[in-house]
Amino acid sequence: MAAPKIWLLWRVGVFLAALTPLLFWSWQVANNAAGPEPGRYLLLNIGIGGLWMLLLTLSLTPLTKLTRWKGFALIRRQLGLWTLAYATLHMLSYALFILGLNWALLGSEIVKRPYIIVGMIALIGLAVLGATSNKWSMRKLGKRWKPLHKFSYAILGLVLLHFFWVVRADMGEWAMYAAIAALIMATRLPPVARTLPKLRYRFSHT
Amino acid sequence: MLIKIAKPSDLHESDVTPESIYLSRRRFMGGMAGLGAGLALSGNVHANADYSDVPDGDAPPWLKEKISDTQWRAITPSNPEKDKIAPFDDASGYNNFFEFGTDKGDPARYAGSLETQPWSVVIDGEVNNGGRFALEDIAKPSQFEERIYRLRCVEAWSMVIPWLGIPLADIIKRADPTSKAKYVRFETLVDPEQMRGQRSSFSIIDWPYVEGLRLDEAMHPLTIMAMGMYGRELPNQNGAPLRLVVPWKYGFKSIKSIVRISLTEEQPVNSWQKIASDEYGFYANVNPKVDHPRWSQATERRLPNSLFSPNTIETRMFNGYEDEVAELYAGMDLRKHY
Repeated sequence: MAAPKIWLLWRVGVFLAALTPLLFWSWQVANNAAGPEPGRYLLLNIGIGGLWMLLLTLSLTPLTKLTRWKGFALIRRQLGLWTLAYATLHMLSYALFILGLNWALLGSEIVKRPYIIVGMIALIGLAVLGATSNKWSMRKLGKRWKPLHKFSYAILGLVLLHFFWVVRADMGEWAMYAAIAALIMATRLPPVARTLPKLRYRFSHT
Repeated sequence: MLIKIAKPSDLHESDVTPESIYLSRRRFMGGMAGLGAGLALSGNVHANADYSDVPDGDAPPWLKEKISDTQWRAITPSNPEKDKIAPFDDASGYNNFFEFGTDKGDPARYAGSLETQPWSVVIDGEVNNGGRFALEDIAKPSQFEERIYRLRCVEAWSMVIPWLGIPLADIIKRADPTSKAKYVRFETLVDPEQMRGQRSSFSIIDWPYVEGLRLDEAMHPLTIMAMGMYGRELPNQNGAPLRLVVPWKYGFKSIKSIVRISLTEEQPVNSWQKIASDEYGFYANVNPKVDHPRWSQATERRLPNSLFSPNTIETRMFNGYEDEVAELYAGMDLRKHY
Protein backbone atom coordinates (compact mmCIF):
# COMPACT_ATOMS: atom_id res chain seq x y z
CA MET A 1 0.00 0.00 0.00
CA ALA A 2 2.84 2.36 0.82
CA ALA A 3 4.49 2.22 -2.59
CA PRO A 4 1.72 3.80 -4.70
CA LYS A 5 1.43 6.61 -2.19
CA ILE A 6 5.13 7.38 -2.57
CA TRP A 7 4.80 7.53 -6.35
CA LEU A 8 1.82 9.84 -6.00
CA LEU A 9 3.84 12.08 -3.71
CA TRP A 10 6.70 12.05 -6.20
CA ARG A 11 4.42 13.10 -9.00
CA VAL A 12 2.77 15.83 -6.95
CA GLY A 13 6.23 17.01 -5.90
CA VAL A 14 7.33 17.26 -9.52
CA PHE A 15 4.11 19.07 -10.37
CA LEU A 16 4.72 21.65 -7.66
CA ALA A 17 8.37 22.03 -8.64
CA ALA A 18 7.39 22.72 -12.24
CA LEU A 19 4.75 25.20 -11.13
CA THR A 20 7.03 27.08 -8.73
CA PRO A 21 8.96 29.17 -11.30
CA LEU A 22 5.71 30.43 -12.80
CA LEU A 23 4.43 31.40 -9.36
CA PHE A 24 7.75 33.03 -8.50
CA TRP A 25 7.86 35.15 -11.66
CA SER A 26 4.22 36.14 -11.20
CA TRP A 27 4.99 37.15 -7.63
CA GLN A 28 7.92 39.24 -8.84
CA VAL A 29 5.73 40.99 -11.40
CA ALA A 30 3.03 41.63 -8.80
CA ASN A 31 5.64 43.17 -6.49
CA ASN A 32 7.27 45.37 -9.13
CA ALA A 33 10.43 43.31 -8.90
CA ALA A 34 10.54 42.35 -12.56
CA GLY A 35 11.99 45.57 -13.98
CA PRO A 36 10.46 48.23 -16.19
CA GLU A 37 9.24 45.72 -18.76
CA PRO A 38 7.52 42.94 -16.82
CA GLY A 39 5.91 41.45 -19.91
CA ARG A 40 9.25 40.88 -21.57
CA TYR A 41 10.62 39.55 -18.29
CA LEU A 42 7.89 36.90 -18.24
CA LEU A 43 8.28 36.19 -21.95
CA LEU A 44 12.01 35.46 -21.69
CA ASN A 45 11.90 33.55 -18.42
CA ILE A 46 9.00 31.38 -19.50
CA GLY A 47 10.74 30.72 -22.80
CA ILE A 48 13.91 29.53 -21.09
CA GLY A 49 11.76 27.62 -18.58
CA GLY A 50 10.06 25.83 -21.47
CA LEU A 51 13.43 24.84 -22.90
CA TRP A 52 14.40 23.45 -19.50
CA MET A 53 11.16 21.43 -19.40
CA LEU A 54 11.86 20.02 -22.85
CA LEU A 55 15.45 19.12 -21.94
CA LEU A 56 14.31 17.49 -18.70
CA THR A 57 11.61 15.53 -20.50
CA LEU A 58 14.10 14.24 -23.02
CA SER A 59 16.63 13.31 -20.36
CA LEU A 60 14.21 10.95 -18.61
CA THR A 61 14.68 8.03 -21.00
CA PRO A 62 18.50 7.99 -20.77
CA LEU A 63 18.24 8.49 -17.01
CA THR A 64 15.95 5.48 -16.76
CA LYS A 65 18.41 3.44 -18.78
CA LEU A 66 21.23 4.58 -16.58
CA THR A 67 19.55 4.02 -13.22
CA ARG A 68 16.57 1.77 -13.95
CA TRP A 69 14.68 3.91 -11.44
CA LYS A 70 10.97 3.77 -12.12
CA GLY A 71 10.34 7.35 -10.99
CA PHE A 72 11.72 8.93 -14.15
CA ALA A 73 9.32 7.16 -16.47
CA LEU A 74 6.42 8.10 -14.22
CA ILE A 75 6.86 11.84 -14.80
CA ARG A 76 7.58 11.78 -18.52
CA ARG A 77 4.08 12.63 -19.65
CA GLN A 78 3.75 15.26 -16.97
CA LEU A 79 6.96 17.03 -17.95
CA GLY A 80 6.02 16.79 -21.61
CA LEU A 81 2.76 18.53 -20.82
CA TRP A 82 4.60 21.12 -18.76
CA THR A 83 6.75 21.81 -21.81
CA LEU A 84 3.58 22.44 -23.78
CA ALA A 85 2.19 24.63 -20.99
CA TYR A 86 5.35 26.76 -20.81
CA ALA A 87 5.50 27.05 -24.60
CA THR A 88 1.87 28.14 -24.73
CA LEU A 89 2.39 30.70 -21.98
CA HIS A 90 5.51 31.94 -23.79
CA MET A 91 3.50 32.52 -26.97
CA LEU A 92 0.63 34.12 -25.03
CA SER A 93 3.10 36.43 -23.25
CA TYR A 94 4.33 37.54 -26.65
CA ALA A 95 0.83 38.16 -28.00
CA LEU A 96 -0.46 39.83 -24.83
CA PHE A 97 2.47 41.69 -23.34
CA ILE A 98 4.67 42.48 -26.33
CA LEU A 99 2.14 42.96 -29.12
CA GLY A 100 -0.62 44.12 -26.78
CA LEU A 101 -3.06 41.73 -28.48
CA ASN A 102 -2.72 43.55 -31.75
CA TRP A 103 -4.04 40.73 -33.93
CA ALA A 104 -3.10 42.38 -37.21
CA LEU A 105 0.48 42.76 -36.05
CA LEU A 106 0.51 39.20 -34.71
CA GLY A 107 -0.69 37.94 -38.08
CA SER A 108 1.95 39.81 -40.04
CA GLU A 109 4.74 38.96 -37.56
CA ILE A 110 3.93 35.25 -37.71
CA VAL A 111 4.27 35.32 -41.48
CA LYS A 112 7.27 37.63 -41.69
CA ARG A 113 9.65 36.60 -38.93
CA PRO A 114 11.51 33.34 -39.38
CA TYR A 115 12.16 32.90 -35.65
CA ILE A 116 8.45 33.25 -34.93
CA ILE A 117 7.53 30.83 -37.72
CA VAL A 118 9.93 28.27 -36.27
CA GLY A 119 8.60 28.88 -32.77
CA MET A 120 5.02 28.44 -33.91
CA ILE A 121 5.84 25.18 -35.69
CA ALA A 122 7.49 23.91 -32.50
CA LEU A 123 4.44 24.94 -30.48
CA ILE A 124 2.06 23.20 -32.87
CA GLY A 125 4.26 20.11 -32.68
CA LEU A 126 4.14 20.18 -28.89
CA ALA A 127 0.36 20.58 -29.01
CA VAL A 128 0.06 17.50 -31.25
CA LEU A 129 2.24 15.49 -28.88
CA GLY A 130 0.30 16.78 -25.89
CA ALA A 131 -3.02 15.86 -27.48
CA THR A 132 -1.81 12.34 -28.20
CA SER A 133 -0.18 11.77 -24.83
CA ASN A 134 -3.23 10.14 -23.20
CA LYS A 135 -3.77 6.39 -22.87
CA TRP A 136 -6.60 6.38 -25.40
CA SER A 137 -4.39 7.91 -28.09
CA MET A 138 -1.57 5.56 -27.23
CA ARG A 139 -3.85 2.58 -27.75
CA LYS A 140 -5.41 4.06 -30.87
CA LEU A 141 -2.03 4.88 -32.44
CA GLY A 142 -0.42 1.60 -31.40
CA LYS A 143 2.94 1.15 -33.06
CA ARG A 144 2.79 4.56 -34.66
CA TRP A 145 2.75 6.32 -31.27
CA LYS A 146 6.47 6.00 -30.64
CA PRO A 147 7.69 7.33 -34.01
CA LEU A 148 5.16 10.18 -33.69
CA HIS A 149 6.55 11.15 -30.30
CA LYS A 150 10.09 11.04 -31.58
CA PHE A 151 9.13 14.35 -33.21
CA SER A 152 10.10 15.79 -29.84
CA TYR A 153 13.70 15.54 -31.08
CA ALA A 154 12.86 17.71 -34.07
CA ILE A 155 11.01 20.10 -31.78
CA LEU A 156 14.13 20.45 -29.67
CA GLY A 157 16.02 21.39 -32.83
CA LEU A 158 13.37 23.96 -33.78
CA VAL A 159 13.38 25.47 -30.30
CA LEU A 160 17.16 25.87 -30.39
CA LEU A 161 16.92 27.46 -33.83
CA HIS A 162 14.21 29.82 -32.54
CA PHE A 163 16.53 30.75 -29.65
CA PHE A 164 19.56 31.08 -31.96
CA TRP A 165 17.75 33.60 -34.14
CA VAL A 166 16.86 35.78 -31.16
CA VAL A 167 20.44 36.12 -29.92
CA ARG A 168 21.94 39.54 -30.58
CA ALA A 169 25.33 39.91 -29.00
CA ASP A 170 26.67 36.84 -27.23
CA MET A 171 26.21 33.17 -28.02
CA GLY A 172 27.35 31.95 -24.59
CA GLU A 173 23.97 31.12 -23.09
CA TRP A 174 22.70 29.60 -26.30
CA ALA A 175 25.85 27.49 -26.65
CA MET A 176 25.34 26.10 -23.15
CA TYR A 177 21.81 24.94 -23.91
CA ALA A 178 22.86 23.59 -27.29
CA ALA A 179 25.62 21.59 -25.60
CA ILE A 180 23.19 20.12 -23.05
CA ALA A 181 20.78 19.27 -25.88
CA ALA A 182 23.58 17.63 -27.86
CA LEU A 183 24.54 15.56 -24.83
CA ILE A 184 20.99 14.40 -24.26
CA MET A 185 20.54 13.52 -27.93
CA ALA A 186 23.90 11.74 -27.98
CA THR A 187 22.58 9.29 -25.38
CA ARG A 188 20.11 8.14 -28.00
CA LEU A 189 22.76 7.08 -30.49
CA PRO A 190 22.58 3.27 -30.56
CA PRO A 191 26.15 2.60 -29.31
CA VAL A 192 25.69 5.06 -26.43
CA ALA A 193 22.20 3.83 -25.67
CA ARG A 194 23.55 0.27 -25.39
CA THR A 195 26.31 1.39 -23.04
CA LEU A 196 24.07 3.17 -20.54
CA PRO A 197 22.66 0.01 -18.86
CA LYS A 198 26.19 -1.45 -18.74
CA LEU A 199 27.40 1.67 -16.95
CA ARG A 200 24.74 1.11 -14.32
CA TYR A 201 25.85 -2.51 -13.97
CA ARG A 202 29.44 -1.44 -13.49
CA PHE A 203 28.54 1.21 -10.89
CA SER A 204 26.36 -1.16 -8.92
CA HIS A 205 29.15 -3.75 -8.78
CA THR A 206 32.03 -1.64 -7.57
CA MET B 1 3.29 58.59 -42.45
CA LEU B 2 4.64 61.22 -44.82
CA ILE B 3 8.21 62.36 -44.73
CA LYS B 4 8.21 66.09 -44.31
CA ILE B 5 10.80 67.85 -46.38
CA ALA B 6 12.62 70.34 -44.22
CA LYS B 7 12.21 73.96 -45.14
CA PRO B 8 15.35 75.82 -46.24
CA SER B 9 14.89 78.02 -43.18
CA ASP B 10 15.47 75.05 -40.90
CA LEU B 11 18.79 73.98 -39.49
CA HIS B 12 22.04 74.24 -41.35
CA GLU B 13 25.36 72.69 -40.56
CA SER B 14 26.70 76.12 -39.77
CA ASP B 15 24.03 76.83 -37.16
CA VAL B 16 26.03 75.53 -34.29
CA THR B 17 25.44 78.18 -31.66
CA PRO B 18 22.86 76.48 -29.48
CA GLU B 19 20.96 79.45 -28.04
CA SER B 20 20.18 81.08 -31.32
CA ILE B 21 18.80 77.84 -32.65
CA TYR B 22 16.76 76.96 -29.64
CA LEU B 23 15.24 80.39 -29.59
CA SER B 24 14.22 79.97 -33.18
CA ARG B 25 12.62 76.62 -32.58
CA ARG B 26 9.06 76.85 -31.45
CA ARG B 27 8.94 73.27 -30.22
CA PHE B 28 11.69 73.83 -27.70
CA MET B 29 10.28 77.02 -26.30
CA GLY B 30 8.38 75.24 -23.57
CA GLY B 31 11.65 74.18 -22.05
CA MET B 32 13.23 77.58 -21.82
CA ALA B 33 11.56 78.48 -18.53
CA GLY B 34 14.25 76.69 -16.58
CA LEU B 35 17.10 78.75 -18.03
CA GLY B 36 19.11 80.42 -15.34
CA ALA B 37 16.46 80.00 -12.69
CA GLY B 38 17.20 76.33 -12.21
CA LEU B 39 14.68 73.69 -11.39
CA ALA B 40 12.35 75.73 -9.24
CA LEU B 41 10.94 77.70 -12.15
CA SER B 42 10.60 74.75 -14.45
CA GLY B 43 8.45 72.84 -11.99
CA ASN B 44 5.35 73.99 -13.79
CA VAL B 45 6.82 73.15 -17.16
CA HIS B 46 7.64 69.61 -16.25
CA ALA B 47 5.95 67.76 -13.47
CA ASN B 48 8.83 65.43 -12.65
CA ALA B 49 11.66 67.94 -12.63
CA ASP B 50 12.75 66.87 -9.18
CA TYR B 51 15.70 64.53 -8.81
CA SER B 52 15.64 64.38 -5.04
CA ASP B 53 15.02 60.62 -5.12
CA VAL B 54 18.00 60.02 -7.43
CA PRO B 55 20.95 58.62 -5.46
CA ASP B 56 24.08 60.75 -5.33
CA GLY B 57 27.01 59.45 -7.29
CA ASP B 58 30.69 59.86 -6.77
CA ALA B 59 31.49 62.67 -9.16
CA PRO B 60 34.88 64.39 -9.01
CA PRO B 61 34.74 68.03 -7.87
CA TRP B 62 35.20 69.48 -11.37
CA LEU B 63 32.20 67.48 -12.64
CA LYS B 64 30.04 68.48 -9.66
CA GLU B 65 30.89 72.07 -10.45
CA LYS B 66 29.99 71.66 -14.13
CA ILE B 67 26.70 70.06 -13.19
CA SER B 68 25.77 72.81 -10.74
CA ASP B 69 26.28 75.31 -13.55
CA THR B 70 24.00 73.44 -15.96
CA GLN B 71 21.55 75.17 -18.22
CA TRP B 72 18.60 73.13 -17.02
CA ARG B 73 15.82 72.09 -19.34
CA ALA B 74 17.70 73.37 -22.40
CA ILE B 75 15.69 71.02 -24.58
CA THR B 76 12.53 69.29 -23.44
CA PRO B 77 9.92 67.20 -25.24
CA SER B 78 7.17 69.25 -26.82
CA ASN B 79 4.63 67.01 -25.15
CA PRO B 80 5.90 66.30 -21.63
CA GLU B 81 2.71 64.49 -20.71
CA LYS B 82 3.30 61.91 -23.42
CA ASP B 83 7.07 61.87 -23.06
CA LYS B 84 7.36 61.42 -19.32
CA ILE B 85 10.86 61.01 -17.93
CA ALA B 86 11.55 57.39 -17.02
CA PRO B 87 12.29 56.71 -13.36
CA PHE B 88 16.02 56.81 -12.64
CA ASP B 89 15.99 53.20 -11.45
CA ASP B 90 14.64 52.06 -14.82
CA ALA B 91 16.99 54.18 -16.91
CA SER B 92 19.97 53.02 -14.86
CA GLY B 93 18.84 49.45 -14.22
CA TYR B 94 17.56 48.29 -17.58
CA ASN B 95 19.71 48.89 -20.62
CA ASN B 96 22.14 47.36 -23.07
CA PHE B 97 25.86 47.71 -22.55
CA PHE B 98 27.22 44.47 -23.93
CA GLU B 99 30.67 45.13 -22.48
CA PHE B 100 29.07 44.02 -19.21
CA GLY B 101 26.78 41.20 -20.39
CA THR B 102 23.73 40.58 -22.50
CA ASP B 103 20.98 40.71 -19.90
CA LYS B 104 19.44 44.17 -19.47
CA GLY B 105 20.23 43.95 -15.79
CA ASP B 106 23.88 43.03 -16.37
CA PRO B 107 25.19 46.57 -16.88
CA ALA B 108 23.77 47.69 -13.53
CA ARG B 109 25.00 44.48 -11.89
CA TYR B 110 28.54 44.48 -13.22
CA ALA B 111 29.54 47.97 -14.33
CA GLY B 112 30.67 48.88 -10.83
CA SER B 113 34.06 47.44 -11.76
CA LEU B 114 34.64 50.20 -14.30
CA GLU B 115 37.18 52.79 -13.16
CA THR B 116 36.18 56.16 -14.62
CA GLN B 117 38.52 58.50 -12.75
CA PRO B 118 40.83 59.63 -14.18
CA TRP B 119 39.67 59.36 -17.78
CA SER B 120 41.24 60.63 -20.94
CA VAL B 121 40.15 60.66 -24.54
CA VAL B 122 42.30 60.53 -27.64
CA ILE B 123 41.18 62.89 -30.37
CA ASP B 124 42.99 62.12 -33.60
CA GLY B 125 42.74 61.66 -37.34
CA GLU B 126 41.92 64.58 -39.60
CA VAL B 127 42.37 67.30 -36.99
CA ASN B 128 44.91 70.08 -36.45
CA ASN B 129 44.51 70.05 -32.71
CA GLY B 130 44.62 66.39 -31.73
CA GLY B 131 46.10 64.57 -28.80
CA ARG B 132 45.16 62.94 -25.55
CA PHE B 133 42.95 65.09 -23.37
CA ALA B 134 41.78 64.72 -19.80
CA LEU B 135 38.00 64.49 -19.69
CA GLU B 136 37.97 67.56 -17.50
CA ASP B 137 39.65 69.60 -20.22
CA ILE B 138 37.20 68.37 -22.83
CA ALA B 139 34.24 69.33 -20.65
CA LYS B 140 35.44 72.63 -19.21
CA PRO B 141 35.09 75.13 -22.08
CA SER B 142 31.38 74.42 -22.63
CA GLN B 143 28.41 74.93 -20.35
CA PHE B 144 26.49 71.77 -19.49
CA GLU B 145 22.99 71.59 -20.87
CA GLU B 146 20.17 69.36 -19.81
CA ARG B 147 18.58 67.67 -22.79
CA ILE B 148 15.49 65.58 -22.24
CA TYR B 149 15.44 63.20 -25.16
CA ARG B 150 13.48 60.17 -26.24
CA LEU B 151 15.79 57.19 -26.56
CA ARG B 152 14.54 54.60 -29.04
CA CYS B 153 16.30 51.23 -28.88
CA VAL B 154 16.54 49.20 -32.06
CA GLU B 155 14.85 46.44 -30.05
CA ALA B 156 11.57 48.43 -30.18
CA TRP B 157 11.49 49.84 -26.67
CA SER B 158 12.06 53.43 -25.62
CA MET B 159 12.54 55.66 -22.58
CA VAL B 160 12.70 59.41 -22.02
CA ILE B 161 15.96 60.40 -20.36
CA PRO B 162 17.27 63.76 -19.09
CA TRP B 163 20.92 63.92 -20.15
CA LEU B 164 23.57 66.39 -19.06
CA GLY B 165 26.28 67.17 -21.53
CA ILE B 166 27.79 69.44 -24.11
CA PRO B 167 27.28 69.65 -27.86
CA LEU B 168 29.64 67.33 -29.71
CA ALA B 169 30.09 70.21 -32.15
CA ASP B 170 31.96 72.16 -29.44
CA ILE B 171 34.49 69.36 -29.07
CA ILE B 172 34.93 68.91 -32.80
CA LYS B 173 35.36 72.62 -33.44
CA ARG B 174 38.07 72.81 -30.80
CA ALA B 175 39.86 69.90 -32.44
CA ASP B 176 39.91 71.94 -35.66
CA PRO B 177 39.11 69.36 -38.36
CA THR B 178 41.05 69.45 -41.60
CA SER B 179 39.28 69.77 -44.93
CA LYS B 180 39.54 66.01 -45.37
CA ALA B 181 37.40 65.22 -42.31
CA LYS B 182 34.09 63.72 -43.44
CA TYR B 183 33.17 61.36 -40.62
CA VAL B 184 33.63 60.93 -36.90
CA ARG B 185 34.58 57.55 -35.50
CA PHE B 186 34.15 56.66 -31.81
CA GLU B 187 35.64 53.86 -29.78
CA THR B 188 34.67 52.39 -26.42
CA LEU B 189 37.23 51.32 -23.85
CA VAL B 190 38.59 47.79 -24.17
CA ASP B 191 39.54 46.31 -20.82
CA PRO B 192 38.42 42.73 -20.20
CA GLU B 193 39.60 43.07 -16.60
CA GLN B 194 36.99 45.72 -15.95
CA MET B 195 34.41 44.68 -18.54
CA ARG B 196 33.32 41.13 -18.06
CA GLY B 197 31.35 40.96 -21.32
CA GLN B 198 34.64 41.37 -23.17
CA ARG B 199 35.92 38.22 -21.49
CA SER B 200 33.21 36.04 -23.04
CA SER B 201 34.58 33.75 -25.71
CA PHE B 202 31.11 33.53 -27.25
CA SER B 203 30.74 37.25 -27.88
CA ILE B 204 29.68 38.21 -31.38
CA ILE B 205 31.07 41.71 -30.99
CA ASP B 206 34.65 42.29 -32.05
CA TRP B 207 35.91 44.70 -29.38
CA PRO B 208 36.34 47.63 -29.24
CA TYR B 209 32.78 48.71 -29.89
CA VAL B 210 32.92 51.23 -32.71
CA GLU B 211 30.38 53.79 -33.85
CA GLY B 212 30.40 56.55 -36.39
CA LEU B 213 28.59 59.62 -37.63
CA ARG B 214 28.78 61.73 -40.72
CA LEU B 215 30.44 65.05 -39.84
CA ASP B 216 27.21 67.03 -40.36
CA GLU B 217 25.35 64.61 -38.07
CA ALA B 218 28.08 65.00 -35.47
CA MET B 219 27.94 68.80 -35.74
CA HIS B 220 24.16 68.89 -35.46
CA PRO B 221 23.04 70.83 -32.38
CA LEU B 222 20.93 67.91 -31.12
CA THR B 223 24.01 65.67 -30.93
CA ILE B 224 25.62 65.77 -27.52
CA MET B 225 28.35 64.14 -25.50
CA ALA B 226 26.73 63.30 -22.19
CA MET B 227 28.57 63.16 -18.88
CA GLY B 228 25.54 63.09 -16.65
CA MET B 229 21.85 62.29 -16.36
CA TYR B 230 19.10 62.96 -13.86
CA GLY B 231 21.01 65.89 -12.42
CA ARG B 232 24.10 63.83 -11.55
CA GLU B 233 27.03 62.19 -13.28
CA LEU B 234 26.42 59.17 -15.50
CA PRO B 235 26.18 55.87 -13.67
CA ASN B 236 28.81 53.48 -15.03
CA GLN B 237 26.17 51.26 -16.63
CA ASN B 238 24.92 54.18 -18.72
CA GLY B 239 28.27 54.80 -20.33
CA ALA B 240 30.28 56.77 -17.80
CA PRO B 241 32.15 58.95 -17.93
CA LEU B 242 31.53 60.07 -21.51
CA ARG B 243 28.98 58.88 -24.02
CA LEU B 244 27.37 60.00 -27.22
CA VAL B 245 23.65 60.79 -27.45
CA VAL B 246 22.08 61.09 -30.90
CA PRO B 247 18.36 61.18 -30.24
CA TRP B 248 17.09 60.59 -33.79
CA LYS B 249 19.04 57.37 -34.21
CA TYR B 250 18.62 53.96 -32.63
CA GLY B 251 20.21 53.71 -29.23
CA PHE B 252 23.13 51.56 -30.31
CA LYS B 253 24.58 54.55 -32.17
CA SER B 254 24.97 56.36 -28.85
CA ILE B 255 28.25 54.72 -27.94
CA LYS B 256 29.30 54.57 -24.30
CA SER B 257 32.50 55.00 -22.24
CA ILE B 258 34.33 56.63 -25.12
CA VAL B 259 38.15 56.65 -25.16
CA ARG B 260 38.78 57.74 -28.73
CA ILE B 261 37.25 60.18 -31.18
CA SER B 262 38.74 60.17 -34.68
CA LEU B 263 37.90 62.41 -37.58
CA THR B 264 38.16 60.37 -40.75
CA GLU B 265 37.90 60.71 -44.48
CA GLU B 266 36.39 57.26 -44.93
CA GLN B 267 33.05 56.16 -43.53
CA PRO B 268 33.76 54.10 -40.41
CA VAL B 269 32.35 50.58 -40.13
CA ASN B 270 30.32 50.54 -36.92
CA SER B 271 30.23 47.37 -34.82
CA TRP B 272 26.67 46.30 -35.53
CA GLN B 273 27.05 46.87 -39.24
CA LYS B 274 30.10 44.65 -39.12
CA ILE B 275 28.21 41.92 -37.25
CA ALA B 276 25.06 41.93 -39.37
CA SER B 277 24.98 44.43 -42.21
CA ASP B 278 21.55 43.22 -43.34
CA GLU B 279 20.13 44.19 -39.95
CA TYR B 280 22.08 47.27 -38.95
CA GLY B 281 23.36 50.00 -41.20
CA PHE B 282 25.67 52.97 -40.75
CA TYR B 283 22.87 55.50 -40.42
CA ALA B 284 20.44 53.64 -38.12
CA ASN B 285 18.00 56.53 -38.16
CA VAL B 286 14.80 55.70 -36.33
CA ASN B 287 12.39 54.85 -39.13
CA PRO B 288 9.01 53.18 -38.57
CA LYS B 289 8.81 52.18 -42.22
CA VAL B 290 12.00 50.14 -42.36
CA ASP B 291 11.67 47.02 -40.25
CA HIS B 292 14.49 45.20 -38.59
CA PRO B 293 14.50 41.85 -40.42
CA ARG B 294 13.56 40.12 -37.18
CA TRP B 295 10.92 42.52 -35.85
CA SER B 296 8.75 45.45 -36.78
CA GLN B 297 9.93 48.99 -36.13
CA ALA B 298 6.47 50.52 -36.66
CA THR B 299 5.77 50.69 -32.94
CA GLU B 300 7.71 50.81 -29.71
CA ARG B 301 7.05 49.96 -26.09
CA ARG B 302 7.53 53.07 -24.00
CA LEU B 303 9.07 52.02 -20.69
CA PRO B 304 8.31 51.54 -17.94
CA ASN B 305 5.20 49.67 -18.92
CA SER B 306 3.02 47.20 -17.13
CA LEU B 307 1.76 43.75 -17.90
CA PHE B 308 -1.57 44.55 -19.43
CA SER B 309 -0.73 47.93 -20.84
CA PRO B 310 2.41 47.35 -22.89
CA ASN B 311 2.32 51.11 -23.57
CA THR B 312 2.83 50.49 -27.25
CA ILE B 313 3.08 53.73 -29.20
CA GLU B 314 3.69 54.53 -32.83
CA THR B 315 7.33 55.05 -33.65
CA ARG B 316 7.93 58.43 -35.23
CA MET B 317 10.19 59.20 -38.15
CA PHE B 318 13.61 60.21 -36.81
CA ASN B 319 12.22 59.47 -33.36
CA GLY B 320 10.12 62.63 -33.54
CA TYR B 321 13.06 64.90 -34.40
CA GLU B 322 12.11 65.05 -38.05
CA ASP B 323 11.75 68.84 -38.19
CA GLU B 324 15.28 69.22 -36.93
CA VAL B 325 17.17 66.55 -38.85
CA ALA B 326 15.26 65.49 -41.97
CA GLU B 327 17.24 67.97 -44.00
CA LEU B 328 20.44 66.06 -43.34
CA TYR B 329 19.06 63.21 -45.42
CA ALA B 330 17.36 65.11 -48.21
CA GLY B 331 17.39 63.08 -51.40
CA MET B 332 18.66 59.93 -49.72
CA ASP B 333 16.88 56.61 -50.04
CA LEU B 334 16.41 55.78 -46.37
CA ARG B 335 15.36 52.23 -47.21
CA LYS B 336 18.77 51.68 -48.70
CA HIS B 337 20.65 53.73 -46.12
CA TYR B 338 19.06 52.21 -43.02
